Amino acid sequence: MNRILFIAPIIAFMALVAIFGIGLTKDPKELPSQLIDRPLPAFALPAIEAGGGFANTAFTGEPALLNIFASWCAACPQEHPVLTRISAEGFAVYGIAWKDKPQDSRDWIARFGNPYKLIAADESGRTAIDLGVTGVPESFITDKHGRVRFKQIGPISPEVWEGTIKPLMLKLRAEA
Amino acid sequence: MFAEIGHFALILALLTAIAQGLLPMLGAVRGDTALMAFGRTAAQWQAVLIGIAFIALMACFARADFSVALVAEHAALSQPLPYRLAATWGNHEGSMVLWVLILALFGAGIGRFGGNLRPSLQARVLSVQAMIGVAFLAFSLFTSNPFARLSPAPADGAELNPLLQDPGLVFHPPLLYLGYVGFSVTFSFAVAALLEGRADAAWARWMRPWVLAAWIPLTCGIALGSFWAYYELGWGGWWFWDPVENASLMPWLLGTALLHSAIVTEKRQALAGWTILLAILAFSLSLIGTFLVRSGILTSVHAFAVDPARGVFILAMIIGSTGTALALFAWRAPLLKSGALFSGVSREAGLTLNNLFLMAVTAVVFLGTFYPVIMEAVSTDKISVGPPYYNLVFVPLSVPLLLLVTVGPLLAWKRDSVATVAAKLKWPALLVTGVFAALLLALGFGKALAAFGFALGFWLILGGIMVLARRWQGASGLSLRLVRTTPAAVIGMALAHAGLGVTLCGVTAMSGFAESKILVMRPGDTVQLGAMAVTLNGAGEMQGPNYQAVQARFSVTQAGLLGGSTRDLTSERRFYPVSRNQTTEAGIGTGLLGNSYIAIGDSQNGGIVVRLYHHPLVGWIWFGALMMAMGGAASLADRRFRIGAPTRLPARLLVGLVPAE
Repeated sequence: MNRILFIAPIIAFMALVAIFGIGLTKDPKELPSQLIDRPLPAFALPAIEAGGGFANTAFTGEPALLNIFASWCAACPQEHPVLTRISAEGFAVYGIAWKDKPQDSRDWIARFGNPYKLIAADESGRTAIDLGVTGVPESFITDKHGRVRFKQIGPISPEVWEGTIKPLMLKLRAEA
Repeated sequence: MFAEIGHFALILALLTAIAQGLLPMLGAVRGDTALMAFGRTAAQWQAVLIGIAFIALMACFARADFSVALVAEHAALSQPLPYRLAATWGNHEGSMVLWVLILALFGAGIGRFGGNLRPSLQARVLSVQAMIGVAFLAFSLFTSNPFARLSPAPADGAELNPLLQDPGLVFHPPLLYLGYVGFSVTFSFAVAALLEGRADAAWARWMRPWVLAAWIPLTCGIALGSFWAYYELGWGGWWFWDPVENASLMPWLLGTALLHSAIVTEKRQALAGWTILLAILAFSLSLIGTFLVRSGILTSVHAFAVDPARGVFILAMIIGSTGTALALFAWRAPLLKSGALFSGVSREAGLTLNNLFLMAVTAVVFLGTFYPVIMEAVSTDKISVGPPYYNLVFVPLSVPLLLLVTVGPLLAWKRDSVATVAAKLKWPALLVTGVFAALLLALGFGKALAAFGFALGFWLILGGIMVLARRWQGASGLSLRLVRTTPAAVIGMALAHAGLGVTLCGVTAMSGFAESKILVMRPGDTVQLGAMAVTLNGAGEMQGPNYQAVQARFSVTQAGLLGGSTRDLTSERRFYPVSRNQTTEAGIGTGLLGNSYIAIGDSQNGGIVVRLYHHPLVGWIWFGALMMAMGGAASLADRRFRIGAPTRLPARLLVGLVPAE
């Protein structure tokens, strides 16, 4: 009996190691979004220039990509060519300029080109909080009913576009 | 140049550690004094070499040598020099160098000041210590080399996370590391005792100063971290049950248990096996804490390096050290001579009970921290455990433990009776019950929990006072001679126990009576929060050395018993352009009875979002922790640790001598 007490710590420890070992095989960066399979939160944002911004109600009818960017973001120029390509391939790309002065966003678009169907300004960052944005760039893929189906944290690389997002959007297009 | 010197010194330190890990152990087995003595020299050399490496790395940061990758990633020219120096350990690679430096310094301490240790025990301790050093040096050199060069070198570097650019955070990690790493010494002592097959009173007496040497900085480090979170994160919370906070709390809880069980082993030779187990577990939890932060297995705001490869290395280290030690424990601990028996009511029994509660509380925190990992291993859910769990489980388990704190020191060693203890406790218990009843009437029955918390805090403070009062009370009242001859350890205990009470009062006040208000204010507006009236005098932009800030100026009028007092507070929101980060610098008006705390947010239609808080007694939380640390320091200064371990005291001194705590 006494002997078992002395062996118990090592047994408990081995069980713990097994659990840690399994835990290590998981990717910590894969943060699931709370919004997956839920509709986008309600928002109505002004445009970065005179004219229409857009609201969450814009995301119905066809699958779309909602991209959060900012003129001050270092990784956004890297993602920009991919967005241009996505737009050229005939998918709807919406942009929200996060915590950015509209003038800065306009200059940025003038410099790099405009891949977006519409661009709205979230100067206060309110909508980004509702969306659960952790940084820029981030992108949400919505289906025909305006429900979020996928969230990309960080820039979309050509590989992610080809391998993950494009097949998903084609599938969403085919969905009823 | 400096980088190469540092790198070379680190490699030499690894080689030294390998030799130190093998030779003294061999010497202890063979009884070869020359080999055993080598351990003492090697330990000191190892510390010197790692010291050189650390200074070299610091020099790279001081000179802003951006050809060193680490410097380029964590320092910028616009950063003030002190923060650039602090960046040396404000990142994963550099903090590992600090870690091995502290490890080596502790090793050198055993080599230098362990002259009164049994040579074979000292040799084994130094060998085990060096083996831990080998693992960490290899980890540093092979998976996270701090001296890696970058080509081409950039003109300016990225910046240390601005949240970390704060005096509190400059000292927080080194203090925590002193604690974590300090437990490596007790671990080495435990393993050495298992190898020798001897864990006697002398062993416990040698180990105890090292437990204190780890526990004191850990206490300070946790308190400082909590204080930093309070004033820097801008929401006035002081403890978040964040995995990384828990990682520091768990070794602290077990260290506290170890501190107490080592007393029993020292005085009565009992609980030796238990003390060894605690020593192993305290260090293991420190390692697991490191593993947690660095592997990305749990995501947290504090995590430096999220890299599974490093996680695998640390996991291997945990298996190697804890696994071996626990296996050794299963094999050798049953062979240890068990100590003197004690009755169910005795100081030993009280301390055992204290240990069981501390162990249970640690288990609760451990489960809460790792529940997400466990759940993820068996299912696909990502979940986290929040404060409600801890409030539900941690609090009820702590209450009996805290009640016991005041009872323990009144118990006699070996055998006591319930009647004696009850007689000693009659007046204090009545007094505290009276305080409880008075508070209950004053605060109302809705605040019964808060009244209980304050009464419990008072019970602990009273317990501390009683320890000294009983000691100083001679046959004819207060005796100066007894005051003078009170061992520092007794004063330490009184201070630490009372400190716990002070902290508890602060925690209770913060949980029960903190007030807050969030609103938009325009210049000239005045808002009332409790007894406090806050006026926004103005807001404007300003430029700091490496940041821009929006600054708001407030005046706060506090109504008090002796008339009101007004003071001016400024609150800032800083934006660091290099790293694109924002921080809050809350305006805090500190006071003995509470703080007023003002944080500002975004501007909104001509006004500014303001969060106002009143935090009653919040400073007591950290002051109590400081008292605990000072108590530990007093105990460490106790004479008996410096005079070796005499086998017998001269009979003349034995008259009227009460065992020192």
